[in-house]
Amino acid sequence: MRHIISMLLENEAGALARVAGLFSARGYNIESLTVAPTEDPSLSRLTLVTSGNDEIIEQITKQLNKLIDVVKLVDLTEGAHIEREMMLVKVRAAESEARAELKRLVDIFRGRIIDVTERTYTIEMTGTGDKLDAFIDAVGRRAILEVVRTGVSGIARGEKALRL
Amino acid sequence: MTVELTGAEIFVRCLQEEGVEHVFGYPGGAVLHIYDALYQQDRIKHVLVRHEQAAVHAAEGYAKSSGRPGVVLVTSGPGATNAVTGIADAYMDSVPVVVFTGQVPVHLIGNDAFQEVDTIGITRPCVKHNFLVKDVRELAVTIRKAFYIATSGRPGPVVVDIPKDVTAKKAPFHYPERVSLRSYNPTLRGHPGQIRRAVDLILSAKRPMIYTGGGVILDDAAAELTEFARLLGFPVTNTLMGLGGYPATDRQFVGMLGMHGTYEANMAMHNCDVLVAIGARFDDRVTGNVEKFCPHARIIHVDIDPSSISKNVKVDIPIVGSVRNVLREMIKLIRESGRAPDRAALDAWWEQIEEWRAMDCLKYDRQAEVIKPQYVIEKLYEATRDSDVYVTSDVGQHQMWTAQFYKFDRPRRWINSGGLGTMGFGLPAAMGVQVAHPDATVVCVTGEASIQMCIQELSTCRQHGLPLKIVLLNNRYMGMVRQWQEFFYQGRYAMSYMDALPDFVALARAYGHVGMRIDRPQDVESALREALAMKDRLVFLDFQTDPAENVYPMIPAGAGQNEMILV
Ligand SMILES: Cc1ncc(C[n+]2csc(CCOP(=O)(O)OP(=O)(O)O)c2C)c(N)n1
Repeated sequence: MRHIISMLLENEAGALARVAGLFSARGYNIESLTVAPTEDPSLSRLTLVTSGNDEIIEQITKQLNKLIDVVKLVDLTEGAHIEREMMLVKVRAAESEARAELKRLVDIFRGRIIDVTERTYTIEMTGTGDKLDAFIDAVGRRAILEVVRTGVSGIARGEKALRL
Repeated sequence: MTVELTGAEIFVRCLQEEGVEHVFGYPGGAVLHIYDALYQQDRIKHVLVRHEQAAVHAAEGYAKSSGRPGVVLVTSGPGATNAVTGIADAYMDSVPVVVFTGQVPVHLIGNDAFQEVDTIGITRPCVKHNFLVKDVRELAVTIRKAFYIATSGRPGPVVVDIPKDVTAKKAPFHYPERVSLRSYNPTLRGHPGQIRRAVDLILSAKRPMIYTGGGVILDDAAAELTEFARLLGFPVTNTLMGLGGYPATDRQFVGMLGMHGTYEANMAMHNCDVLVAIGARFDDRVTGNVEKFCPHARIIHVDIDPSSISKNVKVDIPIVGSVRNVLREMIKLIRESGRAPDRAALDAWWEQIEEWRAMDCLKYDRQAEVIKPQYVIEKLYEATRDSDVYVTSDVGQHQMWTAQFYKFDRPRRWINSGGLGTMGFGLPAAMGVQVAHPDATVVCVTGEASIQMCIQELSTCRQHGLPLKIVLLNNRYMGMVRQWQEFFYQGRYAMSYMDALPDFVALARAYGHVGMRIDRPQDVESALREALAMKDRLVFLDFQTDPAENVYPMIPAGAGQNEMILV
């Protein structure tokens, strides 16, 4: 089962390495990982996507909690939550027909064209991982020059919040 | 105006504030300021080892035997890398040690400077936590945190990496009385509801079993465990790390369990209906094949580390907390309940266990012409049982025989490397024990392969007057390796014969100690007594033992606890 684990981390050198090292040392897999500072400069928010059966996920959360730098942690997939990922895609768009077709697709997927050259479009798109995958499929791999994805971040629905 | 101290002076003051009396270490460029500061005071004694690995093992022996944290000081680069084996060993066995490593000056970090290694990166997977101190104003609080983390909760090693310039710079000294870490709050009290459920299950057991590990020793809970077990009349087994947690001479003790555990302990595990696991972690050397582990049992697991619970074996009633607290709570609840376990069922269970015990699974040939290793340990036990004695060991067959044949009645008396299984542990660990207990008898049981991994420490013992008794069970083989090759590789003894052994008696003498070689069974006891009588000398006893002896019983890897190989 796929899980999104999100945590508040001491904003200290090496904290990220502790999390990443734990996964490689114990043979857990990481599908994606994103980390950035929060409104509290002493904390970072790290969100990662992993998968495993219930026992493995239980061990992962316990081992993460054991790290001194992990302040608080939540498995977002345990409750209702929103997940988002941002993607930047550079696409070949030379002929006017292709350009028009691409523009339509971007609109359907609620993306934005943020940079244009004679031969390319660069598109920004946000959504769940599935939606981004679907867009890539729709565009077709041959047209794609470059894909940059941020990895999943997420937040619980409702009033629940991960804070100190 | 507060006076400013250098980082090195702050370091010394912090250790004094922590009540540190001994530091095990080895100097080098990056820690020279610190050594200079140590030189100018006399409250903290420094024990100079001959290899940094030994410094950590000595600190472990110190900590395991005394309950106080062990402290290590080594230089950057090779000093730090040499210490890594010891750090990993302390991590696996949850030993509270604080290791200070020198580092190149802050402005050179990352430059491949002379004697630079990424100590924080190298040690990260084998420490409870580590710190790089880049600012002298952070030094005192970091050291305070290091000791707090190392000694609280599930203990473990903490590394503090200190760049050289930080030890030269000045800052006002203030040692915080306590530190709190928002992200670190070990759970000490067990959940009352869970404890109540556990007690209910315990009182309903028909074939109960108590299985305890190193957690009982670390948490100083041996008295509580003994009271708990006696109150219930249940059988008790200890892991390798848990020996001494329950008196080995007590009738309720069924011996060690696991790969080389007793028949009765493993059979009782396999057949029990309620298993009470306390401060133990279901290590693979204990469980054997987890699919076949305790197939009939409902399992209660008490441990301070939540990640130890349901890691290898799914348990029914997990209780996170200090084992001492939880044991006290359980004792109280049992007393208050006025209930007692089912007498008739328990009697029948004991009858069964006694039948298993009657198999006498540790029997060996007592008539042999050659010295049997088990015999040496039995005689060692008889010769030391009434004294203030500590026993360390290295890793291999001799370790298992000591665990099987030496009856530890008290906690913190048996010091060995369980989790990492580090050959070379025994001698330096014994040094640390002796430093912590100068008047005690400290015995190191070792093999001729293991002892050579840290043999240079005989020099440390000479310098610091550590009168250890080294009991070498010299079978001329890496015995444990040879045994596996005999059992599982059709006797192809690849590289396990210890060729070109030194003359250990001459070697001991060369280091300034007493050496004795014993070839005949009839001389074992007198040699031991003679050695033990030499209170102020290190005596190296080279017992020429049967090279073909194996450790029995044995659960082969992948087998269940009821599938033991017996003699
Ligand atoms: C540092 C290290 N290297 C290798 C091993 C693997 N190993 C385990 S036991 C053993 C043999 C130990 O031989 P010895 O010290 O003579 O003890 P014996 O088994 O003969 O009692 C070896 C090589 C180990 N545990 N530690």
